[in-house]
Amino acid sequence: MMNKLKSVRWNHYINYIVIGIFTLVFGIIALTGGRLNSSLLFLLEKIAISVILAVSLSLVVGFLGELSLGHAGFMCVGAYLGGKVASLLPSSLGGGIVGLLLGLLVGGGIAALCGVVIGIPALRLRGDYLAIVTLAFGEIVKSIFQNTSDETFGGALGLETPRFDKNYLFIFAFLLVLLTLAAIQNFIRSKHGRAVTAIRDNEIAARACGINVTKYKLLAFTISAFFAGIAGVLYSFSNYTVQSAKFGYNYSIEILVMVVLGGMGSINGSILAATLITFLNTKLATILTGDLAVLQNLLYAVILIVIVIYNNAPKLKSFRDRHNLGVLWNKLVRTRHNPANIKDDQAKWDVVPTKIEMNEVLSIDLVPQDKLEKRNNSGKGGDH
Amino acid sequence: MELILSTLINGLSLGGIYAMIALGYTMVYGIAKMLNFAHGDIIMVGGYVIYVFMAFHNPLLAILMAVVFCVLLGITIEKVAYKPLRGASPLAVLITAIGVSYLLQSLAQIIFGSANKMVTVYDFGSVKFLGVPVQVSALVTLAVTVVVMVALTLFVKCTRLGRAMIAVSEDKGAAQLMGINVDGIITITFAIGSALAALAGLFYLLKAPSISSTLGAMPGIKAFTAAVIGGIGSIPGAMLGGILLGVVESISYKITAIAPYTDAIEFSILIIILLVRPTGFLGKKRREKV
Amino acid sequence: MADFILETRDLGISFGGLKAAQNVNIRIKKNQIYGLIGPNGAGKTTIFNLLTGVYKPTTGTFFLDGEELCGLSQEKINHKGIARTFQNIRLFNNMTVVRNVMVGLHDQPEFRCTVMESLFRLPRHFKAEKDMRDRAKELLRIFDLEEERNNLACNLPYGKQRKLEIARALATNPKLLLLDEPAAGMNPHETEDLEKTIHFIRDHFDMTILLIEHDMKFVAGLCDEVTVLNFGTVLAEGDTKTALRDPEVIKAYIGG
Repeated sequence: MMNKLKSVRWNHYINYIVIGIFTLVFGIIALTGGRLNSSLLFLLEKIAISVILAVSLSLVVGFLGELSLGHAGFMCVGAYLGGKVASLLPSSLGGGIVGLLLGLLVGGGIAALCGVVIGIPALRLRGDYLAIVTLAFGEIVKSIFQNTSDETFGGALGLETPRFDKNYLFIFAFLLVLLTLAAIQNFIRSKHGRAVTAIRDNEIAARACGINVTKYKLLAFTISAFFAGIAGVLYSFSNYTVQSAKFGYNYSIEILVMVVLGGMGSINGSILAATLITFLNTKLATILTGDLAVLQNLLYAVILIVIVIYNNAPKLKSFRDRHNLGVLWNKLVRTRHNPANIKDDQAKWDVVPTKIEMNEVLSIDLVPQDKLEKRNNSGKGGDH
Repeated sequence: MELILSTLINGLSLGGIYAMIALGYTMVYGIAKMLNFAHGDIIMVGGYVIYVFMAFHNPLLAILMAVVFCVLLGITIEKVAYKPLRGASPLAVLITAIGVSYLLQSLAQIIFGSANKMVTVYDFGSVKFLGVPVQVSALVTLAVTVVVMVALTLFVKCTRLGRAMIAVSEDKGAAQLMGINVDGIITITFAIGSALAALAGLFYLLKAPSISSTLGAMPGIKAFTAAVIGGIGSIPGAMLGGILLGVVESISYKITAIAPYTDAIEFSILIIILLVRPTGFLGKKRREKV
Repeated sequence: MADFILETRDLGISFGGLKAAQNVNIRIKKNQIYGLIGPNGAGKTTIFNLLTGVYKPTTGTFFLDGEELCGLSQEKINHKGIARTFQNIRLFNNMTVVRNVMVGLHDQPEFRCTVMESLFRLPRHFKAEKDMRDRAKELLRIFDLEEERNNLACNLPYGKQRKLEIARALATNPKLLLLDEPAAGMNPHETEDLEKTIHFIRDHFDMTILLIEHDMKFVAGLCDEVTVLNFGTVLAEGDTKTALRDPEVIKAYIGG
């Protein structure tokens, strides 16, 4: 019994432990007056923001199986509204924990509301159409904040947010990472998360099993949007200004790339990929300056293409099965994969296809489809 | 009245460009069943090729080279990036397409720098139409788009190759069993789509003679929106959606109060149409059998 | 307690101009194994889709245990007590076998646990998870699938996938179980095995079963009563042996 408990716990909580230790070490350094330089602090905040974004997007993409291209839109809502609320407070409060907490509450809450709003089309639309709706949503949000009057949200110049003490902000950021992880992992590893994955695997069968598809789709989008909003609030505190141009669809795609590179449906993968990409981004940005800066994008593009093809090409499957991180790991620690050793609930959720359905066919008809159907249906048989 | 007319004509020509791009999207989507996010960036490549070959001061040569180059590029992208993923999850293909889009943009920026390049392909001048000055290039754009749309429809409807395309679109497996070279059809589709994108690049330069590495990104997304509004997969739908979007955009730009929100308005229309009529105006939908 | 566990009254649906089913009256008594047969395209699966809320009928209605369910959503109908399997197996392929069954148990009142309870890991979450897992294992044991419980559903052989689908349907604790061609694609040995399983389900779970099947031997050996459909209408009904000898039925099957 003890043995079983142990193995399950390790596997489930390793990410909390790693991030916890990390937070603790850096937190102690910062709190005991050790000087962390400001670029390191900024990097840590950025990593925390990326991890929260990637983990929250992973809920919708990896577990609900719907493609969302508007994650930055939720973040934008959180950043503006959270930052605004905190800046309304007197500066002593607004730049402190009170301001941060209030900002998180308001920013996250309103982003969650937007999540419900975007969840509603998700009930009617499938894969690729839904992806476009989320993309459109992100662009709409961006455009609205871009054009607001200067007094409310700073218009094109951007919104100024309170100055939080930089030495401590990253600690709160990492605590929020832990919170996000806890919430999303607890959700996924429960009967509710199981219902969400069931919808991903087969929506019709899930309905037939009595799963309330409406409820769980909305829930997944809401939770995901809430944490994107949280990341936005953090961003506004970390940057002092919020500019809507940042939250375009390119940023949504960057988050998506983190989730995909991490292996869809793998939370730890998302965390690793988010950390790595953010770290590389920042480092490359300092090395490659001026006209060279674009080399960075080139590099990402190539890495992205190569990795996606390597991970997904049907023809490379046998090669993949022989050479991957899992096999490498087993070689390193000299364990053999033995199905009998798998304890309950340890089986992988793992890399799964997202259900983008593309059924539409090429046509040259000038008549809408439903009228065509009515015309054709007189006299045809078929087991519907 | 003059304002209305000029707005309308402006909208129609812009719509023509969108329609041109949307036709490419729709073809590729209908046959290869993928969102080719890099499609918009092919427009940009076409524009740059025209810019390069305008050094010879021969517009026809430049246009021809742009079309040829884009077709080759489209085929190469398909072979290198998309073909290995045939049969993989659609999301993988989509993300690869996004990667290709980034790749093209950053390559263009490395080669041509980040500053805008200016190039005047050909000055058609303008004519007076009902008292309104109209850019001839706008009329040319519209005319070419209509011709292309009709030609494409006839091609799909009346030629063996076109019918093979429809067959592949309906069912790849069955088409293969009937002896259709599915890979070949998909390659041809990409070639056609890319050629259309090259033309769209030309029209952009006719409209505004400036070009940058992100030229195609936003029009690409908007044209995709147009394709969805018209019903993705439908060739006349792409035309309809493109024109509609172009007109809406130019009207919206003319009204000061809502002009800054033009993008938001267009995307809102997209969402509303998808909610009310998920298959767009002319799209075909297949119901999942239970 | 109504006389019939399922009663349909003039159930019918048309798609555009096509009448896929019309005036279908089926009455099933408790504990019966009832067959729904007919040639291809007769509208059998359509009836299943109507009974499970996938389609809304254009005419008529149906009652489960005296309660009118017509017009309810798919999940509501499942909660009221109709569970089904699918002609083309629909499992949750990327989930393990045991989780497939646990999804079926999701809405059982004894495993109640709100989202908040799960998020905050309150005791009820752990209890619900453990109880669900135990119950799922129990169900899998009945279907001889316990050994495979940690395999992905898509890696099971065909026959076991069919069984898993039945187990998952039973997990929703239905009053009426709809089986859509359960024996399709099975070899004679597996079919025989399935026959025993269905009898066992009826006796052990006190279940009423409505099934679609093409294998006449299977139907004759298993079903107490049948309804024969052709072109969406009822051709014959009643006692299995009599109905199968009906000349109209033979004509419909053989043609002519």
